[in-house]
Amino acid sequence: MNPLSLKKLSFAKILNSTGLLVLVLLWILPTVGLLVSSFRDKDQLALSGWWTALSTAERNEFRRTGIPDEQYKRDGRYVISGKLLEPGGKIIQTFSTNFRKLTANTAGETAIFKDGSLFTLQENGDYEWISAVPFKHKRGKRIFYVAKVPPTFSLDNYREVLASEGVGQSFINTLKVTIPATVIPIMIASFAAYAFAWMKFPGRQFLFVFVVGLLVVPLQMSLIPLLSMYNDIGNYFGVAAKSYPGIWLAHTGFGLPLAIYLLRNYMGSLPREIIESAKIDGATHFQIFTRLVLPLSVPALASFCIFQFLWVWNDLLVALVFLGKKDEQIVLTSKLRELLGSRGDNWEILTSSAFISIVVPLLVFFALQRYFVRGLVTGSVKS
Amino acid sequence: MAGQLLDALIAVVSGIGVCVLYFAGSNYLLERIFSNEKGFSSSKDQWRRAIQPWLFLAPALFLLSVYLVYPVFETIRLSFFNFGGFDFVGLKNYIWAFGNPEFMQAIYNNLLWLVFVPTLSVVFGLLVAVLADKVFWGAIAKSLIFMPMAISFVGASVIWKFVYDYRGPEIEQIGILNAFVMLFGSEPQAWITLPFWNNFFLMVILIWIQTGFAMVIFSAALRGIPEESLEAARIDGANEIQIFFKIMIPQIVVTIMVVWTTITIIVLKIFDIVLAMTNGQWHTEVLANLMFDWMFRGGGDSGRGSVIALMIMIAVIPIMVWNISNFRKEEEGR
Repeated sequence: MNPLSLKKLSFAKILNSTGLLVLVLLWILPTVGLLVSSFRDKDQLALSGWWTALSTAERNEFRRTGIPDEQYKRDGRYVISGKLLEPGGKIIQTFSTNFRKLTANTAGETAIFKDGSLFTLQENGDYEWISAVPFKHKRGKRIFYVAKVPPTFSLDNYREVLASEGVGQSFINTLKVTIPATVIPIMIASFAAYAFAWMKFPGRQFLFVFVVGLLVVPLQMSLIPLLSMYNDIGNYFGVAAKSYPGIWLAHTGFGLPLAIYLLRNYMGSLPREIIESAKIDGATHFQIFTRLVLPLSVPALASFCIFQFLWVWNDLLVALVFLGKKDEQIVLTSKLRELLGSRGDNWEILTSSAFISIVVPLLVFFALQRYFVRGLVTGSVKS
Repeated sequence: MAGQLLDALIAVVSGIGVCVLYFAGSNYLLERIFSNEKGFSSSKDQWRRAIQPWLFLAPALFLLSVYLVYPVFETIRLSFFNFGGFDFVGLKNYIWAFGNPEFMQAIYNNLLWLVFVPTLSVVFGLLVAVLADKVFWGAIAKSLIFMPMAISFVGASVIWKFVYDYRGPEIEQIGILNAFVMLFGSEPQAWITLPFWNNFFLMVILIWIQTGFAMVIFSAALRGIPEESLEAARIDGANEIQIFFKIMIPQIVVTIMVVWTTITIIVLKIFDIVLAMTNGQWHTEVLANLMFDWMFRGGGDSGRGSVIALMIMIAVIPIMVWNISNFRKEEEGR
């Protein structure tokens, strides 16, 4: 390779890397903003952009000094002393008794007031006010100051939403929906898939094509009839129309066509000899299925499991139709949407709630990414 | 808290338990009733063989019938009936739909989404797949861009609503988009209330999610292209851009179509993002959200809701059929 082409190559490489870097940054920036914001102090969050979270903010405030009752005598003079700031890391820069002249005195200096008294204010908020004559003012004197507020991060927002906004309960509700709505369809679909793959019965081919055909039915087609069916059943038997078993079955029904399709294809591709020899050894279909086919199908089961888990966890539509909005039934997505409406400006609540709702899928996703990708890819690319 | 957890645990275990009990119990009963001690095939054995597949299939077929087959016919029927589903009204609901400005707006917006979301997701996905293959940190880059796939539409809506956050021009912006706009001296905007353009701000969310999906599929497909053909082109003096358009794209064109159609179907059913961001206000209505709205508006109008649901179904079917037949062809080609 001559030097010229080498140079060109490295230029292209740099372009390649920067292009990718820009895309990656664009993609993760919104999520990073959410995550950073959820840990910020709620006042700071409302006043400044999350990208300034690490920088120190300046704030103008005022506090009152102590009242004359607190004064004591020292070396023949009258003194009031105390703290203007509660401990928390604020650093006083400048101070004044006049809010128009905030920068009149620097922290640590002694200011001389009009009545001749001396006022010293330290950076940490400790003050000492000394006068030759006794203090007689009624309320504490107002001291205006400019303070630096260092960035503070805490779990306060999380504590608040988990306890008082009901997000904790929603989290449990979501688990209560998601786990059975993942396990039940897998169980039902794998039995059906085995039947389609390895059992003989009339109409097998037709039924399978019919099941695959149901893949085209969008969820929206089912909602109106099912909603009224649930209401009718609820009225007739005097039970609640919106219930957990109700939503488990709905998710199962909607997930079955894809599950049966994928699992049948996988089970059908297992070597025939294994199943035949087990039959000759006298194993029943139930035994062959549970002891042989199921363990061999773990990769396909895992892929579908992740799909269904993510889909149910992240679902909003089915939850809105089949579950109520009371505390004991509302799931995370539904809760989050409600908060978007009612607490639209309280970003400390929205960001932390949103993060709670996405943390489990993210963990599942990063831990099992390989299975997830494999499932996606086998569904779409020629191997 | 502990009480709630225990309660949830009991519900989960009993739900799954019923399911296990059915399969284990029914098969146990079958074997007991039609047991065959002699070990030779008998009439009992034949009975068992005839019944067993249906035991395996029964729950699946039952649930499919109740949750998918029956509702399709019922929705079609309801679309010809009035709001309560009692009086036959012929084509009245259909005529209403096509004369209704909200419905036409939804159709128009859905078309906008259909044009831009699959296209841009495919373009970005392809771009990342190609770029990431050439750098040592490609796996991390892909993982990060793939991450939004795990986030719910509602969660993503919160994330992006924060990006689009708007405050008056006199105070500090906390939404990064407006802060960025102000950096260049422009006025901050309430992005999601700007008619027409707000559609695009909502689309960004779905593109953000679907690009990862497209990338993963393309990445796998690109790896399937034989290295020799790329090497041969390089020796012939083709540059990377020519290789991309003349060799890579033609090789994965089927994959591109599959990804395109898959995202198209997702777009046709898009609902959560619109509901969470605008609930169809400011001219952002889409079919699925309008349908959901009519399910409950004024106590619920099953006739009009059904017509809208049917529109979604009619749009989805041809694409889905094409997709499945394509997939089956590939399966057979293995």
